Amino acid sequence: MNWLANNLDVVGGHLLSHLLLAVPPIVFSFLLAIPAGWLANRVRWLRAPLLTGAGLFYAIPSLPLFVVLPVIIGTGIRDPLNIVVALTLYGLALMVPVAADALRQVDARAVDAADALGYPPLRRFLGVDLPLAGPALLAGLRVVAVSTVSLVTVGAVLGIPSLGMLFTDGFQRGIIASVLTGIGATVALALVIDGLLVLAGRALLPWTRRAPRTEAALATRGAGA
Amino acid sequence: MNYLLDALAWIADPARWPGPDGIATRLGEHLAYSAVGVLIACAIGIPAGWLVGHTRRGRGLAVGLSGAARALPTLGVVTLLGILLGIGLVGPLVAFVVLALPSVLAGAYAGVEAVDPQAVDGARASGMTEAQVLTRVEIPLGLPLLVGGVRSAFLQVIATATLAAYVGAGGLGRYLFLGLKTQDYPQMLAASLLVVALALVCDLVFAALQRVAAPAGVRPH
Repeated sequence: MNWLANNLDVVGGHLLSHLLLAVPPIVFSFLLAIPAGWLANRVRWLRAPLLTGAGLFYAIPSLPLFVVLPVIIGTGIRDPLNIVVALTLYGLALMVPVAADALRQVDARAVDAADALGYPPLRRFLGVDLPLAGPALLAGLRVVAVSTVSLVTVGAVLGIPSLGMLFTDGFQRGIIASVLTGIGATVALALVIDGLLVLAGRALLPWTRRAPRTEAALATRGAGA
Repeated sequence: MNYLLDALAWIADPARWPGPDGIATRLGEHLAYSAVGVLIACAIGIPAGWLVGHTRRGRGLAVGLSGAARALPTLGVVTLLGILLGIGLVGPLVAFVVLALPSVLAGAYAGVEAVDPQAVDGARASGMTEAQVLTRVEIPLGLPLLVGGVRSAFLQVIATATLAAYVGAGGLGRYLFLGLKTQDYPQMLAASLLVVALALVCDLVFAALQRVAAPAGVRPH
């Protein structure tokens, strides 16, 4: 506790860097996964590459990806952009199959009814398909958020500032309090973001109170480190 | 692109493969870590998961555990155990087991839990004992999900083993951190490509195992 009190500014700085690295991938992967999932359902020949590719990509460990990615996208290895792109890709790997599944399971009768009422396609998608897929999308997004917050720490071994620096500094100098603070802060941050997503879900999807089954389906898929 | 060629040349150099610090040794270490870590996790997690799935007791705990594990930063676990248990293999090995356990547990209980209740009722109605219901119905039908859990556990440990080189373990991560320290990017890249290849091959092997694990009656296609 003493250590934490004396290093509050350091921890705060790392927390801020951590947020800046974690939030964009969560947002980007969510926004990109919806059109990608829609495409996977609509364009037959895209379905297998998108879904199998997502599954296979998820098998790639994070640290090697952080090292390989700069060669492909032309950034430096210590560039925070690397982490953002890599984590967005992981988020997509998790989220695209979820989005495809969620959109496909929308009750066809509701969609037919909207068509019969003369909804234009985009308005039908945004007003009928998307909200009905909402609970499953939210379940997937929560998994993405929590694992993204945890994965950001890995960048610390390459020198990219985040709460993970508390692990590397703590290890180098043998300060257990630093490592424990890092674990606590990372888990707490993940829980806070998860809680905010749940609240957002309650506000945007007021008709849902029970967790959809996607959560259980995802339980067997651990997060790659 | 030049870096990529350098990295491939690094891997292709036959002089780097043999010896105690050769690629063959490091690759073997990496695989051995993953296998040992997952085997220990299986020895603990599979019986516990089957018990939870069969009795439906402690389900909340099992679900919570696998959820919480996702939030747990791997690097934090590795460095914490590195400080507590000293540099060497014991710390990383404990970390591998801790990080592999939730996936194995989730696979074991989810597999048993997902079995069609009619099949279980049918087994009971035809006079099977509880032990027979578990071993002849629930376990075989739940096998694909269990293999799926072991699959993600194995990949998790392959990833963690790369990080474990940071606290002094062997494996392919050694080259990565050596390259980082000496600013030898081709070597880091070569190590990363080797880990990625290893992970993808293992994932494909497990995908095949998962298909084989399904009993003939419920196999898709």
